[in-house]
This record gives sequence, structure tokens and C-alpha cells, in this order.
Amino acid sequence: MAIDIGQFVQTFFEESFEGLDIMEAGLLALEPGTTADLEQINTIFRAAHSIKGGSGTFGFRDVTDFTHLMETLLDRMREGRMAVTHETVNTLLEARDCLQEMLVAARENVPVDAVRVQGLQERLSRLLEAEPANKDAADSEPVFATKLPPTQPVGWRIQFRPYPQLMHSGNDPVRMFRELADLGELTVRADTSRLPQLAELQPEDCYLSWELELRGVATYESVAEVFAWVEGDCDLSIEPLAEASAAPEPTAGKTADAAAESPAPGPAPDPGVGQEGQQGELLLERRKGEERRKGERRVGPPTAADSGSIRVGIDKVDTVVNLVGELVTTQSMLSALGEDFDMSRLDKLHEALDQLDRNTRDLQEQVMRIRMLPVNSVFSRFPRMVHDISGKLGKQVELRISGEQTELDKTVIEKIGDPLVHLIRNSLDHGLESIDERVQAGKPETGVIALNAYHKSGSIFIEVSDDGRGLNRDALLRKGLDVGLLRAGEDYSDEQIYDLIFHPGLSTAKQISDVSGRGVGMDVVRRNIQDVGGSIQIVSRPGRGTQITICLPLTLAILDGQLVTVGQDCYIIPLLSIIESVQIQAGSVHRVAGRGEVLRFRGRHLPILRLYELFGAAEAQTDLEKGLLVVVEADGRQVGLFVDDLQGQQQVSIKSLEKNFRRVPGVAGATILGDGRVGLILDISGLIRINQAVI
Amino acid sequence: MATILVVDDSASMRQMVEFTLKEAGHRVTVAEDGQIALGLAKGMASDLVITDVNMPNMDGIALIRELRALPAYKFTPILTLTTESTTEKKMEGKDAGATGWIVKPFNPEKLLATVNKVLG
Repeated sequence: MAIDIGQFVQTFFEESFEGLDIMEAGLLALEPGTTADLEQINTIFRAAHSIKGGSGTFGFRDVTDFTHLMETLLDRMREGRMAVTHETVNTLLEARDCLQEMLVAARENVPVDAVRVQGLQERLSRLLEAEPANKDAADSEPVFATKLPPTQPVGWRIQFRPYPQLMHSGNDPVRMFRELADLGELTVRADTSRLPQLAELQPEDCYLSWELELRGVATYESVAEVFAWVEGDCDLSIEPLAEASAAPEPTAGKTADAAAESPAPGPAPDPGVGQEGQQGELLLERRKGEERRKGERRVGPPTAADSGSIRVGIDKVDTVVNLVGELVTTQSMLSALGEDFDMSRLDKLHEALDQLDRNTRDLQEQVMRIRMLPVNSVFSRFPRMVHDISGKLGKQVELRISGEQTELDKTVIEKIGDPLVHLIRNSLDHGLESIDERVQAGKPETGVIALNAYHKSGSIFIEVSDDGRGLNRDALLRKGLDVGLLRAGEDYSDEQIYDLIFHPGLSTAKQISDVSGRGVGMDVVRRNIQDVGGSIQIVSRPGRGTQITICLPLTLAILDGQLVTVGQDCYIIPLLSIIESVQIQAGSVHRVAGRGEVLRFRGRHLPILRLYELFGAAEAQTDLEKGLLVVVEADGRQVGLFVDDLQGQQQVSIKSLEKNFRRVPGVAGATILGDGRVGLILDISGLIRINQAVI
Repeated sequence: MATILVVDDSASMRQMVEFTLKEAGHRVTVAEDGQIALGLAKGMASDLVITDVNMPNMDGIALIRELRALPAYKFTPILTLTTESTTEKKMEGKDAGATGWIVKPFNPEKLLATVNKVLG
């Protein structure tokens, strides 16, 4: 039977990558200089061990060999033979990374960086050699008292005297004899002399012993292997059979059957054996064509990378199945109503439609949850990163993570990794002071970076905060004035000033380090966040620290929208961006040089963006006093969108315009409305950028 | 056809062993660790148990000891799945009452050969 184990390779990779995460978290939690907590090391060891076992089975030899070294090192730490030092932990962490690269390479079927692998292998070996030898004898063969003959003998004489408890381990002499019979021509003689009287017989014990002769080309190893499992449970000798010594005279053949039964671990050996004679004999023919197949079967080439699968909790799936059940019930209710409908049953119809509405909404919500993953999948990489970078910078840092179980859409999760990396690097490099500086400022030596995620009013918030020196307002202000982003003599709020760090090409870092960059980056961070429909805000207090808050939509696929009309067209404004809608009073609109039309509104000047102008809509309302102004906000800026009228609010599913048409500035996507028309979904951040570019 | 209980914390190993044994016509029950396996064993008889050694919650060694204390599993063949080819490690399982072992890595043919050997 040919079994293709290639189909399980994907699972092997999945669990190996999980194992790598466990190893990393475990290694980071080890405290150098202490004797490690046994269970803690055991967890790391187990992860390595599983990868080693699986990789061998699926044919990734290099991974097996590499993991073996790591495992040996961990084993010694576990047994307390090796201390937990910075060096060992760091080497193991690097080895873990290397192992990850090897696994990825194996999955993608590309070559690994052999130099790196060998370098780490050598470092691991050096660590192992530094310890007192005491190395386990590898692959020791079972040691039985036997001298190996210089030449291949014609067969083997085997004395096999089991101890009474041999069968307690589930072993069975008959099984072993059958195996021997596969190796050649086998003669079995049972010695029943130790068999007690029936009354004294312990049915679970073994009283028989055997002398066996195996004729044929079987090697010593293959014979010894048959008895490998009972080593220590029996007296055994395996002697080569000289050609001269003929096979012992076969005695009465009729006892053979009885003898064959007797060694079975049944309740009691057949008492007949004792009467038939003290010696029984069994001749087993070598079964032809049943030779054990040898040679390794090769695993098929690993299938291409992760085909974008996700793991979903069974509870989520069950909920969806339940809801579909309810939907089906509602549907049959509706079709029953439709069979002979008259106006007297209008109430019933409304009721059923309400129910359908509820079902659909619930179902939609739950199906969305399937795509949700805990944000932990991104957060989990940061302990390692903070460990590595703080070591490099010579800073003491404690990373506090909370809310890691908060769930977020898979697409969003994939896109926020890089921005978060950047923010945390910034905090480590620029935010937190050196130990000396902190002591001078009267702060604890260890700086704190906190990463927190939570769910609030339909959005997910992720906060990155540090207790470092905070942003330098004056430096930012100067820089802003220098490059002409700010105007001298005007009053700017802290928010506006701090916002400058998101501007391309603006960095106040005195030194450029290899940890974080030179000011390219924060603008990219903001753009990435905006790409997934989120926003980013910064709060900073000098000497106390900085907090950056990212606000993300729960999902990218559906949004609550406000429908507005402009001429013949319908547009959708994301409900979350809307502050309010106002009617414009005559005389409250001014033209300000360099800022276009503004509305004096709640003591401020609100720029007005006429959507019909922007999108070239025909037959639209052009008189400001006859239309409506929808005040929207993004990235801390507000703008008034001039529209003809408001329509209803509804949830719309977002279709990509980029994929189906092309990217249009100011438009985030499109959707199909209830009446079949296409409505464009406005991109508020984009509109605000357009508004600024115009003026 | 035999009833076989397979215990391993690694999903790929479990799947591979389960698939191989089922293809060979056996009835297979799987468990992720010793604790789960013991719970299952208390409610069913098996012709063979194949268990990994290093597992969370309850490791293979503890499982074997617990199984041997159950009347229904006193003589049931129990094989350990071990990556250790050293005598010391193999004997750890034997001392707890295991029948024998299968050394990882193994391929489906080797697994079946060993299983057939034990089932007779």
C-alpha cells in the first residue's frame, strides 16, 4: 500500500511555526543566571522535540539534525547540567530564527543559507562541548552476550528464557517467533520444565523457555532486533550456528500444535502440554514474498506556501450554522405567507421581514467574526524584538502587553504589523532615554513600553505608549517653520505640532541609528494605517512619555454609511467620520486667500469642499444655502462636504474600485445600493488631502 | 481489523499515523495528550496503544503507568513513539510497562510493519 504522507506536510509546517513561537516566548522568559524552571524549559524542549520528530518523518533531514543540537542543549539545561546564561539563551534564540528560515525554505522548496546554518550549528556544538562531556552513547545497540563471528554463519541458535513477568508489558513470545520465522527457517523447542501444577499456576506469568534455531542469511542485528523490546525481561543468548552442528533431531511432530498454543498469554497454557512431553517443537515455514520492504520512501515535494488559510474556532462555525438554521426557518415562514397572501396578513409579513432583517444582520456579524483573529498574532513578535533591540541599545526595557485577545479582521492584522514595528522601534530608540538620563531625571532605570488593544464603539484601538522623554515640541515647531509647514506668528495647538512627525522627511532625531530611521517612516506608518481605513493620533508630554493611538475599523468588508445625493449620483460617507450636518446660513461663508471657501462655524473656519465640483456631477445643487454641509473629520482635521441632500443610513459592503476599475483619489471603494445602482464610498482622508492640495 | 488508540500532541504525527492505520483497515481513536487518552481508555478497550512520550498535561510515561493499572489494559500492547535511539530513553518507556517502541522518524510502511508485528 502506498501512502502519500505529503498531504500532512502542511500540518507539520503549521504546528512547527506554532512551536517556534512557543520556543521564542519560552526562551525570552528564561532568566539568565538562574536555574531554569523545569516546566518552562520542558515546554521549549517539547516544541523543539516535536519539530525534530516531524521533520525526520517528512524527510527534512537538515532540520532534524539542526533541531537535535538545540534539543540536546535544552536537555542539558533541563537536567541542570548547563547554566542558563545570556550566551546560551541568545544562541538558542538565533538558532530558533535560523530554524524558522530552514522551515520556510523547506516549505517553499528553496535552498537555505547554508553558511548561516553551519555557523549556528558550530556555535551550538561549541556550547555543548564547553560542558563536561558525559555524552549519551548514541544509537547504542542492545547489548547481548554474544561474540560476533568473523564470517556469516548458516544461522543462529537462540536461547530464550523469559522472566515470569515478560507478558506484563504486552509482549508475546508467539509474536516474536512469527517475526523470526519471517527471517528464515525456524525451529522452536519449548522447555516446559518450569511449568507448575495447575493449582499453583499464575495465569499472567510466563513459565516456558525456548531454544530456537534460525537457518538462513539473517544478520545478527535483525535477530537481536526481534528481542529488542524484551531486553531486561529475559535471559537471551544468540550464538552463530556452525555448519557442522546439524539441526537438532526433530522430535514428535504431533506436539507442535500444542506447543504453538502454549506460549500465548492466555489465561492458562494448555495443560495437555505437560502430559504430551517436556519438549515441544514447532516448525514454521518462511513465508515467501513477505519480506519486509526496505528503503526510505521519499516525500513528495512540499506543496507551495500557505494558501491563505485561517484557523477558526469551532464555536464560531457553530454559531454560523445555527444562524443559517434560523434563516432557513424565516425563509419557509415567508414562503408560506406568500402562497396565499392577502392584506389581512400584512402584520405577519412585517413580522417575518423584521425577523429576516435580524437574521441577516446576525449572520453577517458572525460571518465577519470568522475572519477575525486575536491581535496577539501581531503582538507576539514584539517581546523578542524589544529584547533584541534594547540589548543593542543598552537600555533596560519592560514591555507590557494587554488586550492581546482583542479580535481584528485578518486583512487589517496583516497590514498593521509593520506600522507597529516602526512605532515600537521609535519608542525604544528615540522615546526611551538611556539609563543614565533616566536616573538623572529621577525615573526608574527600566523604561516601560506598553502595548494595549481594546474594542470601543465599533472600532479597535491599539495604543503604543512609553514613559520616555516625550516629543520635543520646540524642536518640532522650529523644524516646521524651517521647512515652511508652519507659519511664523500663528498659534498652533500641541496636536497640530505633534502631527508634524507624520510629515514626510521630518526627523528631529539628533543621531541616526540603525534601529530606527531618519524620519522616513512615520508618514508611511500613517499611510498604511489609513489604507486599512484607520487613523492615528499622538499625545505627548515632555519628560513623561508619548502615546500613539491607532484606531482601526473592525472589518474592511462592511461599513456603516450615510447616503448622500449629489446631482443624479449617490455617494456614501462612512458614518464614523461624520461629525454633523448643517444648513449654511447666508453670509457665513467667506473666501479666504489661500484657503478657499470657509464657513464660520462654531468659532472656527471650516473649509468647504463642493463635491459636485470635485466629481463633475451634472444637475447638482450649486447654491450653498439650498444644499447641506456634512462636516467630516479625519486625521484630526475637519472639512465640510457640500451635498444636495441626505438619504438614509445603511450598511454597505465595500467593493474594491482599484481591482475593478482603477484608483480614484477621494474614493475608497464602491458598493451596490438597494436599488441596483452603484454608489461610490468617499475616502475622507483622501478628500482632506485633496482639499489641502487645491489651496 | 483492530482498535488502536493513538496519542500524540503533534497534529501532523497524529494525522499521519491515523491515516496510515485507517488505510490499513484499522479503527483508530486519537488523543492529544495522556490525560485525554486516559479518559478515552477508561471508556473503551483497545487492541493496541501507540503513544508519544513527551507531551503536555500527561506525558506518555505517566499514561502507560495509568493504563497498566486499568484491568482492560493490563496486557494491551503499548508502543511508544520516540525520537530517542538511546537505550536509556527507550527503557524509560519499558520500565513504565510499554511493550516496545517505534523510533521517529518512521514512514508509513515501517509503522504498519511494526503494528502488524504486534497485532500478530
